[in-house]
Amino acid sequence: MTILVQFAIGLIFGLGLIVSGMSNPAKVLNFLDVGGIPAGTWDASLAFVMAGAVAVTFIGFNRVLKLARPFFADRFYVPTRNDIDLRIVVGPAIFGVGWGLVGFCPGPALTALGFGSASAFIFVAAMCAGMVLARYIAHLPSSTRFVTPADPLET
Amino acid sequence: MIATPFTPIASLLGGALIGLSAVLLMWATGRIAGVSGIASRLFPPYEDREFAGRLAFVAGLVTAPVLVRLATGSLPAQTIEAGTSVLIVGGLLTGFGSVWGSGCTSGHGVCGLSRLSMRSLVATITFMAAGMATVFVMRHWS
Repeated sequence: MTILVQFAIGLIFGLGLIVSGMSNPAKVLNFLDVGGIPAGTWDASLAFVMAGAVAVTFIGFNRVLKLARPFFADRFYVPTRNDIDLRIVVGPAIFGVGWGLVGFCPGPALTALGFGSASAFIFVAAMCAGMVLARYIAHLPSSTRFVTPADPLET
Repeated sequence: MIATPFTPIASLLGGALIGLSAVLLMWATGRIAGVSGIASRLFPPYEDREFAGRLAFVAGLVTAPVLVRLATGSLPAQTIEAGTSVLIVGGLLTGFGSVWGSGCTSGHGVCGLSRLSMRSLVATITFMAAGMATVFVMRHWS
């Protein structure tokens, strides 16, 4: 039952990406292209996606987190860290470069697989390799000397 | 580059659906709807027993366009201009960076900002700025 519910929740997420236009990397790149503002090619749509998503999530989280516990789990797994370390800047900086190169972040890239595009498959394969590599390095015993552990609940 | 039309209403509605999904996942499983976290934990090392649920969520993401095509007979435009080598480099950086920074557009951008998390705000500003700088270099520095 939980599995079916999580499938449906992923489906809603994917539909949101398609309806919002974010399954199209060209739209994302045209938002990131602030140099296109003078030329009139800037596409502000992504800001509206974020606004719609944050508005619903802000209100929804406030209500849901007042419940005693989640419907299918024993407790809420909400991140608690507040400190700004190097990792919370370096990681997003690296991710942002990849995002700007192609126009895919992880969600839309996975949804793009369902469009049947060969480019999306290549991107997702490389993305998974990058994810595995990051987790591998972070789990090396020697890495504790130069990285602070990630917050496992944040994503 | 290919010009795309500004779609405020559809984007606001689609964004609301993404938000609904994040709220439902928190209600059902008590977890943050962060796609990089969900996708990366499909690979070892495994730290909990949530594998099947995560796989189901990802399957939902992939199935959404299939369902749209079945229901409407077509899919909206999707233009991927990057060539193979850029796709590979971009994919590696996206995967590595999103896991290294504990989240991507969904985990930090949507869920984190909604929780008023300072870490997520720093992350979101950083990947937005890095993305904008990258597109600027790619499009305007040649």
